[in-house]
Amino acid sequence: MRAGSREVAESCLDGITMEMVATYCDRLHSSKPDLAARRIEAIGFQVGQQLAERLVPVDLLACVNFPFGLILYTRDRPRFTDHLEVIKFICKDFWAEVFKKQIDNLKTNHRGVFVLQDTRFRWLTRISVDSPLTPSEANNTTLAAAQAGGKYLYFPCGLIRGALTNLGVPCAVSAEIAALPACSFIIRIKV
Amino acid sequence: MVRQLLTDFEDVEEVNKQLDTMGYNIGIRLIDDFLSKANVTRCSEFRETADVIAKIGFKMFLGVTATVSNWNADFTECSLVLDDNPLVDFVELPETCQGLYYCNVLCGVIRGALEMVSMRTEVKWARDMLRGDDAYELRLKLIEHVAEEYPYKDDD
Repeated sequence: MRAGSREVAESCLDGITMEMVATYCDRLHSSKPDLAARRIEAIGFQVGQQLAERLVPVDLLACVNFPFGLILYTRDRPRFTDHLEVIKFICKDFWAEVFKKQIDNLKTNHRGVFVLQDTRFRWLTRISVDSPLTPSEANNTTLAAAQAGGKYLYFPCGLIRGALTNLGVPCAVSAEIAALPACSFIIRIKV
Repeated sequence: MVRQLLTDFEDVEEVNKQLDTMGYNIGIRLIDDFLSKANVTRCSEFRETADVIAKIGFKMFLGVTATVSNWNADFTECSLVLDDNPLVDFVELPETCQGLYYCNVLCGVIRGALEMVSMRTEVKWARDMLRGDDAYELRLKLIEHVAEEYPYKDDD
């Protein structure tokens, strides 16, 4: 994948992700925000699965000689020893490939819940909210920002869920915005 | 996204339209990005516009170039043939989606972008390799130049 990689302008991706949110949240399902959220998350899930397929590092190509002389090449997938390894892969390699940086902070309660913090989430850097004039307005602005920005996190949640599911870790993923452009993704592993 | 739209709408024509609309909305913003980065001067005629889209626009956004060809008699209609189409990497259309224009977003993008620079156009796919043709060809038609409207009247 690396050697033949193609690139397109980032503004194309920005355009598509923003338009996807606008289409589903404002045009198609404006009265049903939950439905819109689920649809966008579903798109993210599909993409995440396929991305995980292509981004998992190939350690060696094993050549298997079948009895009747057919030669098959199989990928030797790295053996993720436990869930933490998979989550770390998401935080480092996956995030670097998709968002050009790594996750800034990883926390876990060691009981299947992981919190991934990104202090400058790339897709939230494009969102701005009007500057507040008074302290009370400031509170409202933060809330408004969190709500406005939240729509742009459905797709990344789906991406993470899709990637993890493909790598054998069924889970639920949600996101929170504390203050733009920082956000957290909460992964709850399903047992 | 296309897959999800197909699930939501089930009617291929409707999906084509949605893709075009989405492309349009993207295009009206993309043009600002383009103009700020491309350093092009105002095109004096439509022939120049087509060239700019083919050589600079496609290169800047999709990393591919297109060739302009098949002009009509009064130079209001032409074809843009893409040498490559990154949107369709890894894509195959199943039997059930035969009427789909998977890349219809591109049509909307061009239409939206040109409308922001005062040109009303019609953009359609003439040839689509996902549908079995031998190339990706867009047919670009200029309908009219829209007079620029200034928000302020001189004599106010």
